[in-house]
Amino acid sequence: MSITEIYIAWMTIVRKEIKRFMRIWVQTLIPPSITMVLYFVIFGNLIGERIGPMGGFDYMQFVVPGLIMMAVITNSYGNVVSSFYSTKYQGNIEEMLVSPTPNWVILAGYITGGVARGLAVGLIVTTLSLFFTHLSIHNFAIIVMVVLMTSILFSLGGFINAIYANSFDDISIIPTFVLTPLTYLGGVFYSIDLLPDFWSTVSQANPILYMVNAFRYGILGVSDISVAWAFAVIGFFIVVLFAYSMHLLNTGKGIRK
Amino acid sequence: MSYALEIEQLYKTYDNGFTALQGISLAVQEGDFFALLGPNGAGKSTTLGVVSSLVNKSQGQVRVFGYDLDIDLSAAKQLMGIVPQEFNFNMFERVIDIVVQQAGYYGIPKVEAKQRATELLKQLGLWDQHKQAARTLSGGMKRRLMIARALVHRPKLLILDEPTAGVDIELRRSMWAFLEQINAQCTTIILTTHYLEEAESLCRNIAIIDHGKIVENTSMQSLLRQLNTETFILDLAEELHKLPESSDYRAHLLNPQQLQVTINRQQNLNKVFEDLSDMGVQVTSMRNKTNRLEELFIDLVQNNQTEITGA
Repeated sequence: MSITEIYIAWMTIVRKEIKRFMRIWVQTLIPPSITMVLYFVIFGNLIGERIGPMGGFDYMQFVVPGLIMMAVITNSYGNVVSSFYSTKYQGNIEEMLVSPTPNWVILAGYITGGVARGLAVGLIVTTLSLFFTHLSIHNFAIIVMVVLMTSILFSLGGFINAIYANSFDDISIIPTFVLTPLTYLGGVFYSIDLLPDFWSTVSQANPILYMVNAFRYGILGVSDISVAWAFAVIGFFIVVLFAYSMHLLNTGKGIRK
Repeated sequence: MSYALEIEQLYKTYDNGFTALQGISLAVQEGDFFALLGPNGAGKSTTLGVVSSLVNKSQGQVRVFGYDLDIDLSAAKQLMGIVPQEFNFNMFERVIDIVVQQAGYYGIPKVEAKQRATELLKQLGLWDQHKQAARTLSGGMKRRLMIARALVHRPKLLILDEPTAGVDIELRRSMWAFLEQINAQCTTIILTTHYLEEAESLCRNIAIIDHGKIVENTSMQSLLRQLNTETFILDLAEELHKLPESSDYRAHLLNPQQLQVTINRQQNLNKVFEDLSDMGVQVTSMRNKTNRLEELFIDLVQNNQTEITGA
């Protein structure tokens, strides 16, 4: 395929993916927005006022970046895992597999779809957060880079989950038992400086901690870890998961007999 | 001679240990209308699955218009259109979107894809439904949608896996006419079907596959020449309650006023008429049973079964 043809194939998948989550916006865009508003009200306003400042900021300001990242993570992951699994389940993955569209373009198309939904929800949640607190921008480039890279990483995670999934139950196991606990323990609601040394060290094995802190640095200018190190960790995981996704696609795992 | 499809020593063993293909070799000439027949589970869909790259082969070579699937898969895919057995489009998408999207996967720009989709949906009688979600279509319409989708990139080889399954006779015949038309425009067609009448009336060459092996691969004409018996259906003036008995032919009643008679091709029908006349039965009309291929198919598959079981 020529470069133009590859671009058309990629755009076809991207358009299809965006159309899909926009068509069912009541299921894809509204629920995470409502959930986050509840977090803002309960953790930010009601409980936050009693907690007091954290990391030099009031609790609401501290918690908002983490909650935005949480929305980006769960929605990027959720978009790709449900869309790709449905495509596999209905058999219309074959439409792409019989075509000359290269595997990396298929993967890039789904990742872009996941990023689009992650960013859409992230923007909605950010806008809603402005009703509860003031958000300054410490470093816009870091904000954009962290959101994009995190979204790509979790889109890849969703893709791998979808490849291995054999039922609709399988696409909710990882988000429920792995993603949610890691997000909650990834410094969304607290600074790891509050933890005893042992648990602080253990927390550093959680990749979500790096994303949340790098994003918080972009907004507030404070972070529990080095931002450069955070980018290195996210970049490393992207490379590993991309290579593994390509391996799965090339061998036909779960999609070719 | 150039070939649209060449398969050499193709083997497929699934992960569960089931060997679906045991060294299949066949060649389909460019421009041919080719039938791949076989009982359920014989290996037809696996063969087509390997050709369309949806099934990973265990061993062997496949070439599409000379492009080896192991080397030039992308070029080979560009030349093929696939109509699978099961409906495999997104039921929630609109008919036109399904066809336009498929064109996108082949790198066809959107404007051109829309033109082609419109043209095909009109030809296949689906234009009135082009804005409907695919799930609202009838079974026959869904089959035609899969044909439109497979043709949108104008393939030189169209592979159809039971394209008329569950389609009523009238629609089936209109689909045959459409397929004959695109075959006349130099598109090579390979089809699998359970309707042997379909293969007999459409295809020029045929392969019969059973237990993962090709048991016959020849022209339709020479295959039908192998047929030793011929079957006739006689319409009777009055009801018949007792069958004529003779070693020269086999007779059985389709209903009290319709008698099916099978005779060897070397013999004539006089004996049948004599026997019926002796019984005081009048024959009002007579015709050939059309699906002669069915008898031959059953013979070939049964012979293969006998060889396998060693009986």
